[in-house]
Amino acid sequence: MSAATVTPETRPAGDDARIPLRGHLRHTGALVRRNLLWIRQDPESMADALLMPVIFTLLFVFVFGGSIGQALGGGQDQYVQYVIPGMIAMMSMTLSQGVGTGFSQDFNSGVMDRFRSLPIGRGSVLFAKISVELLRMLFATAVLMVVAVLVGFEIHHWPGLFAAVALSTVFASSIMWVFLTLGVVMKSAQSVQAMGFLVLFPLQFGSSIFAPTTSMPGWLQAFTDYNPLSTLADAARGLMVGGPVAHDLWVTLGWSALITAVMAPVAIHKFRTKT
Amino acid sequence: MTRNDNTPGGASGAVSVRGMVKHYGETKALDGVDLEVREGTVMGVLGPNGAGKTTLVRILSTLLAPDAGQAVVAGYDVVRQPRQLRRVIGLTGQYASVDEKLPGWENLYLIGRLLDLPRKEARRRADELLERFSLTEAAKRPASTYSGGMRRRLDLAASMIGRPAVLFLDEPTTGLDPRTRNEVWDEVKAMVGDGVTVLLTTQYMEEAEQLASELTVVDRGKVIAGGGIDELKAKVGGRTLRIRPADALELGPLAGYLDDLGITGLASTTVDAEAGTLLVPVLSDEQLTAIVGAVTARGVTLASITTELPSLDEVFLSLTGHRASAPQDTVPADDREEVAV
Repeated sequence: MSAATVTPETRPAGDDARIPLRGHLRHTGALVRRNLLWIRQDPESMADALLMPVIFTLLFVFVFGGSIGQALGGGQDQYVQYVIPGMIAMMSMTLSQGVGTGFSQDFNSGVMDRFRSLPIGRGSVLFAKISVELLRMLFATAVLMVVAVLVGFEIHHWPGLFAAVALSTVFASSIMWVFLTLGVVMKSAQSVQAMGFLVLFPLQFGSSIFAPTTSMPGWLQAFTDYNPLSTLADAARGLMVGGPVAHDLWVTLGWSALITAVMAPVAIHKFRTKT
Repeated sequence: MTRNDNTPGGASGAVSVRGMVKHYGETKALDGVDLEVREGTVMGVLGPNGAGKTTLVRILSTLLAPDAGQAVVAGYDVVRQPRQLRRVIGLTGQYASVDEKLPGWENLYLIGRLLDLPRKEARRRADELLERFSLTEAAKRPASTYSGGMRRRLDLAASMIGRPAVLFLDEPTTGLDPRTRNEVWDEVKAMVGDGVTVLLTTQYMEEAEQLASELTVVDRGKVIAGGGIDELKAKVGGRTLRIRPADALELGPLAGYLDDLGITGLASTTVDAEAGTLLVPVLSDEQLTAIVGAVTARGVTLASITTELPSLDEVFLSLTGHRASAPQDTVPADDREEVAV
């Protein structure tokens, strides 16, 4: 048939192809609202952000607090001052995981197809998800600080506390790109969680979050020294309780920048090409 | 109408597909598909599971990139102009793609905002569409509490928010019970009345007949037939008249009698001894009347008489000579599996 060889007429490329910044903000805002409504419909989804800081703080302070505190040259009170800044680092990592699990649910339900057939930037969906998870993380941090004060943590220096929270937010937003990528690539929410767990555990315990690294074997110390969770915990400690900050601060920021620079493009690419 | 405002040159709510190819490894999901949908009409794409229908819809709605070929939807190229294209289409997937955790109203408001409607307009549009799809009472309930039909209606409403020029409906009634299916059909008919161009995929001849004016039959990634519904129905033998004489002994003689009269459709009359019925192919209402008249004239007492549309299986059998791998899920009552050809 001759018709088959004729190229169908198309319209000229209009100037409506690009989405202005305001458009991106509007789309991201609408999607943030969606994710916040999820929490309102299903308040139980906040249980982890509420309970994790409570349970972990109580466990570590009352189970390990005495003996590690003794090793630190004090007692449980000393350990509280040590572990709370570490817990801030831990929250940033553990709660970042949620970003990946929520995502694979979206893909499986077909909602993502609808979003991707709409004239919105692909990044909006990802940024909205990250924003809401950061809010969840900040909520968990607030809960943590309340518990911390109840078990005897002394806030000497408010600006230091805020700086520590800001630093852990920066780190969390970088690590979320990793979990987002997992959420896009992996088939089910469960496998995202299982995979996340495998990454999380060695990083959390092979760090200075819960105990000083000085008594660890040399090879492990080499790992913990550059484990971003160690440097984040140490920087938070320096900012909140006092002590050297600069080195740990720069290493943490360096890690955050590196992880974001590598994983954000990967996540957006995987998201764009996911079928 | 709004859509005329943004369609310079009248190029359309139409869909034009040329030589579309999509392979998944060895599997040829689409193997050179050509398709034309005229503006304001409903094109039914009929085929069994795995024929490539969903792949076609996903490519046309920019969710999937083709390996080769070209497609233009409402004047925009699916590969080169995806952003403009997304502004003028609506999509309702095979599996209802609403956010189950959100209330119905919030689902529609969200889509409105993502389509750049101002807040007030998005609110108004959400109210309006909930009303139109009879979901106002369920507006505040999460979609997870909706019945299958309500969810499908919400999905249709969501795809209408942006007043699309072209609407893709991917198996809109698969998995619905017959009553709910009729509801969805009515909604689709109303949308077509508004002048939307629709491309609809289905496994059911009956659905295609109800909604589409033209039909494209696909099998294993290829178009095997196309044309107007009536044209195709004639090609595949039209309807089947199922006659059950009160006395089963009448079956044989009656079949011979009808064939001798030469008033039946393309194929000859067959006897379904097990069911105690005669299957008579008919092409027109006149033929049907003539056959009933002839049976009455012969003085045969009838226990029942029904007409059936050809099932997808029968359509395939007559078009390709082989059977479609018949879908196992809910088959509408009228599309029974018995072979009449």
